[in-house]
Amino acid sequence: MTETAQPKPEVQKDRSMVLQKEMIARHFERLAAAPETKEPVVYTFVPGNLTELVRSFGALPVLPEINALQSGMRGKSRDYIAEAERLGHSEDVCTYVKCDIGMLKSGNIGPTGKRLPKPDLLLLSYTGCYTFMKWFELLREEYDCPTVFLQVPYQGDGTLAPEHRQYIADQLRNEVVPALEQATGKTFDEERLRHYLGLSAAAEDDLVAVLQSAKKKPSPIDAYFGAVYYVGPIFSAFRGTEEGAEYYRTLRAEVEARAAAGLGPITPDGPLDEQKYRLVVEGPPNWTNFREFWRMFSDEKAVAVASTYSKVGGTYDFGFRHDPKDPLGTLADYCGGCYTNLNLPSRVDMLVNYIREYDADGFVINSIKSCNSFSAWQLMILREVEKRTGIPGGFIESDLVDPRYFSPANIKNRLESYLQMIEARRREVSA
Amino acid sequence: MKCVVGIDLGSTTTKAVILDEEGRILGRGITNSRSNYDLAAKVAREEALITARFALLRHEVEKRAGAEVLRSLLKAFRLSQTLAQLARLEELILGQIPRLVAEPLRAAARTSVGSIFDSIRTEEEAWFKDPDPPARSDFFRDAAGSAYMRLAEEIGDPNGVNFDLLVGLYDRCIIQVENEPLELGFRDHIGSALERIGNPDAVREGVEQAVHVPLDEICTVGTGYGRARLPFPKEQIRSEILCHGLGAHRLFPDTRTVLDIGGQDTKAIQVDDEGIVTSFQMNDRCAAGCGRYLGYIADEMNIGLHELGPLADRSKRRVKINSTCTVFAGAELRERLSLGEKREDIIAGLHRAIILRAMSLLARSGGVQNQFTFTGGVARNSAAVKALRRLVEENYGERTLNISADSIYTGALGASLFAQREAAA
Repeated sequence: MTETAQPKPEVQKDRSMVLQKEMIARHFERLAAAPETKEPVVYTFVPGNLTELVRSFGALPVLPEINALQSGMRGKSRDYIAEAERLGHSEDVCTYVKCDIGMLKSGNIGPTGKRLPKPDLLLLSYTGCYTFMKWFELLREEYDCPTVFLQVPYQGDGTLAPEHRQYIADQLRNEVVPALEQATGKTFDEERLRHYLGLSAAAEDDLVAVLQSAKKKPSPIDAYFGAVYYVGPIFSAFRGTEEGAEYYRTLRAEVEARAAAGLGPITPDGPLDEQKYRLVVEGPPNWTNFREFWRMFSDEKAVAVASTYSKVGGTYDFGFRHDPKDPLGTLADYCGGCYTNLNLPSRVDMLVNYIREYDADGFVINSIKSCNSFSAWQLMILREVEKRTGIPGGFIESDLVDPRYFSPANIKNRLESYLQMIEARRREVSA
Repeated sequence: MKCVVGIDLGSTTTKAVILDEEGRILGRGITNSRSNYDLAAKVAREEALITARFALLRHEVEKRAGAEVLRSLLKAFRLSQTLAQLARLEELILGQIPRLVAEPLRAAARTSVGSIFDSIRTEEEAWFKDPDPPARSDFFRDAAGSAYMRLAEEIGDPNGVNFDLLVGLYDRCIIQVENEPLELGFRDHIGSALERIGNPDAVREGVEQAVHVPLDEICTVGTGYGRARLPFPKEQIRSEILCHGLGAHRLFPDTRTVLDIGGQDTKAIQVDDEGIVTSFQMNDRCAAGCGRYLGYIADEMNIGLHELGPLADRSKRRVKINSTCTVFAGAELRERLSLGEKREDIIAGLHRAIILRAMSLLARSGGVQNQFTFTGGVARNSAAVKALRRLVEENYGERTLNISADSIYTGALGASLFAQREAAA
């Protein structure tokens, strides 16, 4: 008997997905054309990104982390990492860095197949990760371009003290703004910045509504794998832009419609309407096997209802919004409130609250081999969250973009074991 | 009789456990996984059914003829199985001679092979008659292989039928023997086993009764790395972590922490008073320090896996070894030997190194609670147990350490208990 191949599920594309694809394509076209159009280019990072400020100078942001993860998703990172290792970067270095350096040395072709321009300025707006600093040191060596560092005090005692906020705002005024003026040849336009911050706040409202929709049962979104797409524009080049605001209006309407219809999220293998496990997830996803990783969850009918990674570019669900009335102050608040700038008790509180507010059945930590900012403490976090919620946690280990550290059998085994453990406990309780 | 089956498809061995309706263990089977899970599951299940049949006739035979006769019957049955496999192996090897041996040497090769198999058969018969036979591996490959190698070395002659040629023939055929579903069933061998022990009436009656009891498998649950190969619905597949937790609970109901060191992973598991897992940790991105590491060391030293522990137990001075990388293990071993360290001291150090790695996982999973149960193939290794006992006491104080003689079946036992629950649901 001849077996007929199962037809692949038709990928459902919402309007917001089309919008996102188009805006990214336009952005990378502008970047590719920048050497001719003379649009200035600023390289920066996701945590503490100052996109509105950069845009207010008419500059285009480039986010090397995003390029690295895109390379991982497109199956390019293995070769890029190998290239960086040939150049002398050790195996234990952050794989985002090696992927980016490898891409740079392989022609600097970005995620859409267009060449990325050289930076006019390297803007390091978050120094909590020392790897970022070393990364830009490497890029400065490569491009021989100006660099500006924004020193962001760590929230060691769980809050951003007024003097710390002032310290950041002063640096913005006295160092970052002059550096941007010099790199772009334009004068700081505070009104323009206010306008962009207003657009940011509107998009942030919509994003929070989208993420909090996961409180519903079934959840209309996957707040980890799906949320990676949802946060893409606001964590990268589109915060404070008209197209970004439109994207989030559209997305919110779609998600609200799905929630009203009692539908689950769309996964790569179709809708996930039947949800057996509601999970909170800590840590970045693996990018090289992103769909396979997602499928391990969706096959078990597990949906993420909240995640910390979807807050890495802003913890908006805690109430923070960019405030046009205090442009530099609000940017200082934003930079200080980055997820990885939070101390251990704050990260534990966040997970505990998510588990309670989203009525989660469990929480899973994906520990990343090459990211100390995220991975340090994670076992302590696991124990503490278990203690406070009485819910056992699951622990998976993989990497950002190095496919050598993604072992599907091991990860699947752990995840299945964890979910079966939840199920066994449920049965025990009901018996 | 209704029964349930648990199958644990491990990376090294595949195990099966059969429970009766009351949850009593009826039978157990084990075989090499040999990268063929379908066959391994079939063989392990068949073995478990055979021991289940023996369990069924135990009462009758013990009552009428005594326990010793039953033991003899079981040994005779194993002998019958082994002789059938030996015959198949010999047939295959003889069949390879025209292909692999130059014409002038063929007759001599046939003679040598025949002589080796005659000797193995004689040894097997002697093993059967020995009231207290020496311990040996459960697997045909190991038992037959070590005898074949030894005899090939002894009879390797200068006329060209040397050791390498004989071993080449063996290597070519042993996998095929393992991968053929040989007739290992109860009915196929029990008759000859009965004949071998003199066909006593009391035993024959018990056997006839046991043969005719239908074993109705109402549910099977699979676990282990090969579980995805099993043609079961999702509800009948369980993670080995859950199975080891529940299996350990069944063996030792006061168990709260379980350590399982299997072929390619190490698991530290915490369970509640019902045997349900509350927390676990596994080795991460590589299999350093797992059972396969010991297998690799045994291969490097050209000794059997079961000989490692007793060798390490002779150590008087432990060598400190940090690396548990399986790939580097051979290099580490040779380096230490070249430095003049004694084999037993190095091996003791290697055992401690893998247990140290397990201790890290135990700590990460929540520590070692009382009682503590050690499962998996490595729990059979006396040197690993010694190192574990010592390190647990140093780090956590006195703990009751449980090790079942049948610890290798813990995962399959847990799977059978899940099967029992599924059947009842």
